[in-house]
Amino acid sequence: MIATATMQTEVAPPPMRDVDAETKLDARHVNFWYGDFQALHDASLAVQARKITALIGPSGCGKTTFLRVFNRMHDLTPGTRATGEVLLDGHNVLSPDTDVINLRRQVGMLFQRANPFPKSIYDNVAYGPHILGWSKPQINEIVEESLKDTGLWDEVKDRLRRSALNLSGGQQQRLCLARALAVKPEVILMDEPASALDPIATLRIEELMQELKKRYTIVIVTHNMQQSARVSDFTAFMLMNPKRAGEVIEFGPTDDIFNRPKDSRTEDYITGRFG
Amino acid sequence: MSRLLARIMLDRLVTAVIVLCVMLTAIPVLVLLLFVVIRGLPGMLTPGFFTSPPHPFGVPGGGVFNAIIGTLEIVGIGSLLAVPFGALVGIFLSEYGRNRIGDTVRFTSDVLTGLPSIAFGIFGYTVLVATLHHFSAISASVALAVLMLPVVLRATETALVLVPQSLREAGLALGAARWRVTIEIVVPAALGGIVTGALLAMARAAGETAPLLFTALGNDFTQVNPLQPMGALSLTVFKNALLPYTELQNQAWAAALLLVIMVAVTNILARIYVRRIQR
Amino acid sequence: MSRGTAAERVVRAPLVAPGRQRRFLSGDRIFQGLALASAAMILLIALIFVVALFIPALPAIRRFGLAFFVTRTWDPVRQNFGALPALYGTLVTSAIGLVIAFPVGLGSALFLAEEARLGFLRGPLSFAVELLAGIPSVVIGLWAFFILTPLMRDNVDPFLRSTFGFVPLFQGTANGYGYLTAGVVLAIMVLPIMIALSRDVLRAVPRALREASLALGATKAETIWSVILPYARVGITGAVLLSLGRALGETIAVTMVIGNRPVISASLFSSGYTLPSVLANEFTEAVGPLYQGSLFYLGLVLVLITIAVNVLARLLIWRFSGSDPASA
Repeated sequence: MIATATMQTEVAPPPMRDVDAETKLDARHVNFWYGDFQALHDASLAVQARKITALIGPSGCGKTTFLRVFNRMHDLTPGTRATGEVLLDGHNVLSPDTDVINLRRQVGMLFQRANPFPKSIYDNVAYGPHILGWSKPQINEIVEESLKDTGLWDEVKDRLRRSALNLSGGQQQRLCLARALAVKPEVILMDEPASALDPIATLRIEELMQELKKRYTIVIVTHNMQQSARVSDFTAFMLMNPKRAGEVIEFGPTDDIFNRPKDSRTEDYITGRFG
Repeated sequence: MSRLLARIMLDRLVTAVIVLCVMLTAIPVLVLLLFVVIRGLPGMLTPGFFTSPPHPFGVPGGGVFNAIIGTLEIVGIGSLLAVPFGALVGIFLSEYGRNRIGDTVRFTSDVLTGLPSIAFGIFGYTVLVATLHHFSAISASVALAVLMLPVVLRATETALVLVPQSLREAGLALGAARWRVTIEIVVPAALGGIVTGALLAMARAAGETAPLLFTALGNDFTQVNPLQPMGALSLTVFKNALLPYTELQNQAWAAALLLVIMVAVTNILARIYVRRIQR
Repeated sequence: MSRGTAAERVVRAPLVAPGRQRRFLSGDRIFQGLALASAAMILLIALIFVVALFIPALPAIRRFGLAFFVTRTWDPVRQNFGALPALYGTLVTSAIGLVIAFPVGLGSALFLAEEARLGFLRGPLSFAVELLAGIPSVVIGLWAFFILTPLMRDNVDPFLRSTFGFVPLFQGTANGYGYLTAGVVLAIMVLPIMIALSRDVLRAVPRALREASLALGATKAETIWSVILPYARVGITGAVLLSLGRALGETIAVTMVIGNRPVISASLFSSGYTLPSVLANEFTEAVGPLYQGSLFYLGLVLVLITIAVNVLARLLIWRFSGSDPASA
């Protein structure tokens, strides 16, 4: 199959069978530059509420760049520019009058390497609520709730005041997840959250994701195709175009992408011919 | 003699020379400390050393109480000025200073570090003594504060830069404003380095003499008013050494020992603190 | 339930808060402003510093001008002041200090960076060096005054005179105070910085170079001489210069053993003066703007020389390490 320049990146409409399907995060024609270098070209994605959407593709195709646009983390890097729209419940997060602080509370992030603060376990999870000005009893409650939601409560309830750095890698990542949950986000962005973890810890994270998606919308960037196939409801496949800008090649229900890919490039990646 | 043998012997010789250098380095240190302890201990153990100011010439007894108070107060005030200010500049350099202004500040700080300590005395003199027609402890504190600034500044910046960027990102991703992330997450993470820098700066300031000659001047009476001339341990050592009274000379040795102990304890404290933070 | 309210409160906050965005005095702005202000303050302080060095020296600058540098007399009575004796003393004592400290320091640095067999001594040696670095100058001066001076007078100086007395350097009476003793004191004080810097420079020499030489069958000594030192030459020069900068500014310990006489003498046993020691010694007695001004003029000269040497040193180290300047 010949890829022509006229091939559009299509956004698949939400599947009809899911009655309460709604688009939570709607990225439309996002272009992104690091200085003069364009890293994303015309990327669009409709993330469904309370579903897990995975971004897959070979290294350097812009998955993480795209993900970080959703919570305006690219603001931290000087010289970056994003055009297009990313609608969260109808409001464009890329617009200049977005309250970025509030945005980041509503759209949480889990990073590739667990990065707990060098504070106690309690203080890590409590940090978000603390900023929001919640009272002590409220914070206590939310800390317990978040730790329970990530399955850590029983493991750490007797050492909440000890340093978070003493936990294992998998525990630290789950702690970071609890920390993100404590501010009651609606969307959780995960940037290869299990890539630094052993298989057992990875499995726990994946189980957690299945639990969490009942209440949260999750977008996950992953290098691991099998993980994507296991865990996600929707998958977007991205690739670098000849100008080295990332594009969304295909997007749809995971089942469709993996078993009936429409684009030959998707098929090649899935079947391991490259990447 | 074969060439190989000559080369091996030369190697041995060079090694011997290097070891000699090591000894020449170590010996002065040991001899120095030995004498300070031997000559200083008797004076220190004399009753009244810690509790009494110096007696008039020829009158037996006396001590360095005034100097101890003086050193503590002068260095204390100087630290109160230098540490918060220096830390703030360090924060600026680390978080907002990757630009021309930051480079200028770093360069200025480095130039200040290399200046002879007497220059700080001149600074203190011109700014606070000549203007107010009065020697004072506060002018010494200001002079020492400027001396301490570059040390605190650099230590703070280094400590902050070492904090991984991912920690900042984690804080921001939770919806914290940048200033919160800096103050509540980054600075606490870097506290070990900052405190160490501050302690080392204070230890250095406590041992300084030249700046005090032009500012605090010295005072044989116990004085706590910072607007007055004040004594200090380093001044006591300097002045008493040149006096012909054995008792005062002994006090000089004892004061020197006290200074060395203070510096050593501060350094050890700094190390312990860092180790505790890292746990 | 309290949780419900808090969560509701949080969830309901709108994404667009134009009022808050437009407010000028956000926490971030204030904090950044504060940090910037403190940086500006430092620059201001430095400026005041420079001015503070100049102003008290003005009477002397106006009176003597640049001739100050070459005038030999230092006569408070006749109000005729010249910097030459002090300059001479500073240079001579610093030179002696470096001549002693350079080989000893480099040798110790080589030990710390290279030695394997006696490597267990590295820890103690580093500790000793750090200790020495922390000892206040006045303590070293005290020790030098009471212990070193008699040692020089009774043992070292006579020995030098009898062995090398044909050289003017080692002629004349020795009372223990003077250029030579001060030079030794400077050497001791400068040793820690010389060792620390040289060690860093030596450590920066790539292992591959060292190993290549040894693998060819060269001895350790040959490797050091032919491979390591040439590579580190620029950095070590920088280290020497920084040590020189330190030596130039050393005040108190030198003042206590230099003898404090405004003379110029070829003999190393002679008493003399250095720029900072004049200031330290005569400050309290100086009466009158010209006398005081001359003292501060000396201080200004010292600072300028020190800055020049330090800047030169840092430029060299920059070029050598190519990375963060002044990480020394």
